[in-house]
Amino acid sequence: MELLLDSLFNGVAIGSVLLVAALGLAIVFGLMGVINLAHGELMMLGAYTTYVTQLIFKLPILKPFYNSYIIVSIFLAFIVSGVVGILLEKTIIRKLYGSPLETLLATWGVSLILQQFVRSVPLAYGTGLVISLLIGLFLPTMFPSKIKESINFKYFKFSSWIFAALTGVLTGSLISSSVSKLSRASARNVDVTAPSWMRGQVEIIGTAFPKTRLMIIVITLISVIAITLFLNQSAWGMRIRAVTQNRQMSDCLGISTEKVDIITFGIGSGLAGVAGVAVSLLGSVGPNVGGNYIVGCFMVVVLGGVGNLLGTVLASFGIGIMTDLIGAGRLLSIWPDMPLPLSNTINFFATTSMARVMIFALIVIFLQFKPTGLFPQKGRMVEN
Amino acid sequence: MSLSKIKFDKKIVLSFWIILIALTIAAPTILPVFRLNLLGRYLSLSIVALGVDLIWGYTGLLSLGQGIFFALGGYCAAMYLQITSSSEFPNNIPEFFALYGVEKLPFFWEPFRSPIFTFFAIWIIPALVAGLIGFLVFRNRIKGVYFSILTQASLLVFFNFFNGQQKLINGTNGLKTDVTQIFGQMVGSESMQRIFFWITAILVIAAWFFAKWVVKGRFGNILIGIRDDEPRIRFTGYNPVIFKTIIFSIAGGLAGISGALYTVQSGIVSPQFMTVPFSIEMVIWVAVGGRGTLLGAILGAVFINYAKSLVSEALPASWMFIQGGLFILVVTALPEGVLGWIQGDGPRNLLQRFGLKRKIETYPSLEVNNKEGNNE
Repeated sequence: MELLLDSLFNGVAIGSVLLVAALGLAIVFGLMGVINLAHGELMMLGAYTTYVTQLIFKLPILKPFYNSYIIVSIFLAFIVSGVVGILLEKTIIRKLYGSPLETLLATWGVSLILQQFVRSVPLAYGTGLVISLLIGLFLPTMFPSKIKESINFKYFKFSSWIFAALTGVLTGSLISSSVSKLSRASARNVDVTAPSWMRGQVEIIGTAFPKTRLMIIVITLISVIAITLFLNQSAWGMRIRAVTQNRQMSDCLGISTEKVDIITFGIGSGLAGVAGVAVSLLGSVGPNVGGNYIVGCFMVVVLGGVGNLLGTVLASFGIGIMTDLIGAGRLLSIWPDMPLPLSNTINFFATTSMARVMIFALIVIFLQFKPTGLFPQKGRMVEN
Repeated sequence: MSLSKIKFDKKIVLSFWIILIALTIAAPTILPVFRLNLLGRYLSLSIVALGVDLIWGYTGLLSLGQGIFFALGGYCAAMYLQITSSSEFPNNIPEFFALYGVEKLPFFWEPFRSPIFTFFAIWIIPALVAGLIGFLVFRNRIKGVYFSILTQASLLVFFNFFNGQQKLINGTNGLKTDVTQIFGQMVGSESMQRIFFWITAILVIAAWFFAKWVVKGRFGNILIGIRDDEPRIRFTGYNPVIFKTIIFSIAGGLAGISGALYTVQSGIVSPQFMTVPFSIEMVIWVAVGGRGTLLGAILGAVFINYAKSLVSEALPASWMFIQGGLFILVVTALPEGVLGWIQGDGPRNLLQRFGLKRKIETYPSLEVNNKEGNNE
C-alpha cells in the first residue's frame, strides 16, 4: 500500500510538471493550430526569471522578504514569458496563420535565438530588455481613448517606446551594478535554491514527501484552476472558446480574433514561464533546460486532444504515472512473481530513457485506435 | 507554389553545369584533405536533403525525424566496418564489447559480416523502418503538425534506445570507423577519403536523377496533389496512404545512403545523429535552397553546412543567431527558397522595384510568363 502511494505520488509529481508545461501549449495549439517549438525556451526564460529574482531578493533592501521570492517569481515569470510570447506573436506568428508547418520552423528559429541569447547576453541586460518590451507594449494601450483615437497617436506610441528603452537601459545597468553575478554573460548552468520553508519533507500517512514536489503540485493545481475559471467564467475566456470552435464564425459575430490571438498566446506563454519556475526547483537551470520537457509536452497535447483541458490533465498524469511505473521498475515490486520473460522485458525498460522509449511506443499504438487523442473535438467539419 | 517559371537561357544553364562538374573533378586535387573531407561530408548530407525535399517539398509531409534513417544507415555501415576489422580483438568481436564484458556477438550483428548484405542493408533497412512508421501514421490520416510531432517523438525513441544500449551498440559513444579497415586500407586514410569523395559525388548525381525520375509523370503529380489537396486526391480514387508510404520510405532509403557516406567520412556514427536539432536542420537546408526544386536541396545542404563551418570557426557564438534568423527569414520572407525565388518571379520583381525593368501593366493583372513548366 505504501509502495503504491509512493508510486502514485511520484507519478503525480512528474505528471504535474508535464501538465503545467503542456497547459499553455495545449491552449495555443487548440486555438491557433500552432505548435510552438519555442515553448521550451519560454519555460527556460521563466526558470531564469526565478534565478534573477532570487539574486535580487538577496540585496540588502529586500533581504527581509527573501523567503517569499518564489511566490513573487511565479508572477514575474508569467509576465516575462508572456511578454516575450506576445512579441513573438506580433512579429512572426501572425504572418504565418494558416501554415502550421512554417510556424513550426519559425518558432524553432526563435528557440535557437533565445537559447543563444541567454548564453551571450548578461542576464541583467536581458532583464532590462524585457522591462522595456513590457513598457513599450503596454504603455500605449493605457492612454485614454481620446488620445488613442487622435491622429497623432503614433507620436505617443513612438515616445513611449523611447521611454521604455531608457527605462530598460537604466534598470539593466542598475541590476548589473548591484548584482555582480548578473553582469557577465555565461553559458554555465545556474542553480536556484529553494527558500528554507520549502526544504525538507512532509509526512503524510506515514510516507515522507519532499516539499518542493508538493509545491510544484500546488503551482500546477492553482494554474489549472485559474485557467479553467478564466476560460469558463470570463468574457475573454468565452471569446477564446468561441474562436477555438469556429474562427470564421466568431469573426463574423464581431469578436476581435486578433485580440483573442494575442491574449491566448500571451497566456499560453505565461504559463510556460510558470512551468519554468517549477522546473527551476527540480534541477539546475541552463539554456537547454526547456528541451528536456518539450517533447513530453507535445506528447501530452497529442494524446489529450485539442481544445479540451480535461484531456490535457488526464494525459499528463497518465504519462507521469506510466513513466514512474515503467522507469523505476515498480511493476516488478508490485507483482514480484511474474513469469520470467515478462520480468526480463520490464527490467530492460526500467531506466528513465528506456521508459521514454516504451511510453512513446505506447502512445503511437494508442493513436492507432484513437487518432485524434482522448477527447476529439466533435463536429461535422470536413477535415483540413 | 506557382508553376510559372522563367526558362533560363540554355547557355547559362550549360555553363553552370560545366563549372560545377569541373569544380567537382578538380576538388580532390585542389583542396587540402581537411576541406575535401568537409566538402565530401556536406555532399553526402545533400542526399538526405533530397529525401526531405521529396517528402516535404513535393508531398507536404514535414518530417522532423529523418535523423533516424540517417543514423540507421550510418550504423549499418559502421557495424560492417567494425566487424571486418575485429580479428585482432578478443573473441573476434569489436573492441568495445570487452569494456562491457560481452563475449558473444549480439545476434543482429551476424549478418553484417557479409559485405553484400551490408550494401543492401544500408538503404533497405532505413527504407523499411520508414515505411513501417509511415504506414502506421498515414493509415490513421494523421497529418500536418501531428505527423511532424510524431516523427520527432519517434526520433527520440530511437535516440534513447541507441543511447542507452551500451552492450548492444556501444551506447552514447557510438561506433568509430576511421581506424577500421576496408579492402586492406584504413578508412580514415587520405587515399580512402579521396575515393569516398568520388563515390559521394557520383551518388549525389545518381540520387538527383533518381529523385527527378520519381517526381516525373503521374506519380509525381499525385504527390503534388496530396500536398495541395489531399481529400480531392482521395475522392478521385487514389489511395494517398500508399503513395505517402512509398515516398516516405524512398526518403528513408536516401537518408540511409547519406548516413553511411557521412559516417565513413566523419569517422564515427553515434546517437548524436539522432538529436532533434540535427533533423530540423535538414529541413532548413531544403527550405533555404528551395523546396520542390531538388537542385535547391543539394545546393542548400552544401552551402549552409559550409557557411556553418566557416562561421563557427570565426565566431562560434554567432552561428546560433544566424541559424535562428535563417529559419525565421526563410519562412516569412522567402517561402520558396533561394532557387525557387530565382526560378520564379523574384529577380524580375526586384528589378522592377528599383525601376530597372519596365513593369508590364495589364488589367486585370495577368500572370506574365504563364508557361507550363515541368516542375523542376
